[in-house]
Amino acid sequence: MNKFSLVWSNLFRRKVRTFLTLFSVLVAFLLFALLRTVVVAFEGGVELAGVDRLNVSPKYSIIDPLPVSHRNEILNVEGVTAISQQSWFGGSYQSPTNFFPKFPVRPREYFQMYSELIIDPAQLEAFENNRIGAVVPAAMAEQFEWRLGDRIPIEGDIYIKRDGNKLWEFELVGTYETPDSAFLSSAFLFNYDYFNEAIPEQMQGIVSWFTIRVENPDEAAEVAARIDAVFENSRNPTRSATEAEFTRQFASQLGDIGLMMNGILSAVFFTILLLTANTMSQAFRERIPELAVLKTFGFTDFSVSALVLAESIMLCALGGALGIGLAALVSGAIAPVVESLLGSFQLTVTTMASGMAIAVLLGVVVGLVPAISANRLQIVDALRK
Amino acid sequence: MAIVSLSNVEKRFTKGREVVEVLHGIDLEIAEGDFIALMGPSGSGKTTLLNLIGGIDQPTAGSVVVAGQELVGLSSKKLAQWRAENIGFIFQFYNLLPVLTAQRNVELPLLLTRLSGKQRKRNADVALQIVGLEDRARHKPGELSGGQQQRVAIARALVADPKVLVCDEPTGDLDRDTADEILGLLEILNKEHGKTIIMVTHDPKAASHARHTLHLDKGLLVEAVT
Repeated sequence: MNKFSLVWSNLFRRKVRTFLTLFSVLVAFLLFALLRTVVVAFEGGVELAGVDRLNVSPKYSIIDPLPVSHRNEILNVEGVTAISQQSWFGGSYQSPTNFFPKFPVRPREYFQMYSELIIDPAQLEAFENNRIGAVVPAAMAEQFEWRLGDRIPIEGDIYIKRDGNKLWEFELVGTYETPDSAFLSSAFLFNYDYFNEAIPEQMQGIVSWFTIRVENPDEAAEVAARIDAVFENSRNPTRSATEAEFTRQFASQLGDIGLMMNGILSAVFFTILLLTANTMSQAFRERIPELAVLKTFGFTDFSVSALVLAESIMLCALGGALGIGLAALVSGAIAPVVESLLGSFQLTVTTMASGMAIAVLLGVVVGLVPAISANRLQIVDALRK
Repeated sequence: MAIVSLSNVEKRFTKGREVVEVLHGIDLEIAEGDFIALMGPSGSGKTTLLNLIGGIDQPTAGSVVVAGQELVGLSSKKLAQWRAENIGFIFQFYNLLPVLTAQRNVELPLLLTRLSGKQRKRNADVALQIVGLEDRARHKPGELSGGQQQRVAIARALVADPKVLVCDEPTGDLDRDTADEILGLLEILNKEHGKTIIMVTHDPKAASHARHTLHLDKGLLVEAVT
């Protein structure tokens, strides 16, 4: 026997209570790891974005479209070398749960802009020349078992055809390779011209945002300011920002993801803090005479309080490790589904390490009061209890 | 040669506004290898005196020298180290850790030594052999009778080879026959292993196993019977 096994044995003195507490801590850290993975997945797009590209979006909300006529004025701004355009199409394939971004684009300029996306030149040409042609990430084609030549029906929700038909049909003419974590650039792409002609006349000539390439990345801020100045007093003012900031804004249309997740986690951890603190307090109170007996043998005040604190840390660390381990299994299992939405869903080493650090910290916080009480325990008084 | 030497020891407790004087100027010497029974009515100060000798309490005034060490004024840490080397405690209600086996309970005080795990286990097994419980080493306290639990507690008190065993009503929770067995065991430890034993008891029959009996009344040693 050593001090570790002494702490371990004490931990399982009341098995049911310990297992229930352990399970609660496990669930808290399972939630922590999964929710942090969601946040990281959202931030993944932010990190990918390059600083040599800027997005020009409506100043107030991406729900407000921009007129396509802005593109020529933007191209005329000093420092802008290329432009592409995208519109948020919405829509769903078979079921709303099959969610992936769908953009009407101008094919060649889009792939020139997103040079990290790899497409076969012949397929790009086919995409340009086929009015209802569409290209998708290879992973998406694999997920939905689409083959070249397949007709893919998409039910429109934001955009309905001018004849009132909600159903849009596309022909798969190519696939492209995309980095794992790209969300907005891992989209179902189809021809803007087809889109623009098919929608009602009053909706034609609009885009959701432009992407531009700047001549000198060091002057990106100045270029952004110049573009916004051009449209400052127009009916459609713009906000030019790096893609990183744009992705954050896009995600924030759903709400502040980080804030929401942190709010949930704070509530979970506060509850766990109270629960675990209660368990440790009970465990301490039950053992006051035993701790006093340890002191009679010659255990110092410090070593007795260290045993109490170690027990608390062990409980939380064990629960944390089990929760994070389970999260690794769960995230691996659901990754194929979630990645179609978020681009990437990988439990990172940083998340695991921060989870374990929080678990240890939780153990310290929860065990601190009992440990101090154990330190101050007077043998004679405690033996009377 | 005195292993315990108390000089003009006083002990006062404060309960609210009331000051309770428990020991009044106790002078006492106990020779090494002696077996002392400390008797007296409830509240006479027996356990307080035992706690002072065991180094788990400090007197209000006076001097307490045990095993050559003046205990008054020692820091909590130094007292703990001193207890680990010199004192074995035996309690009325055994105070074993219910989550540990008998062997592990006995091994507990050795966690403070530099002995290897193997050596600690061997010493614990020897201590259990001395009290006749080697076949119960893997049993937990809940699986043992009261007498067996007290034997485990005695083995635990012995295992670090202390000079002095302090026993607070060690047979107070046992039936007559089992109490006699435990007292017989204490006699063996005193006679054959040379342990100095100081035992608080209410029971004259238990006291008859000791070599000397001291009587305390209202915080004073009133008589010493050999």
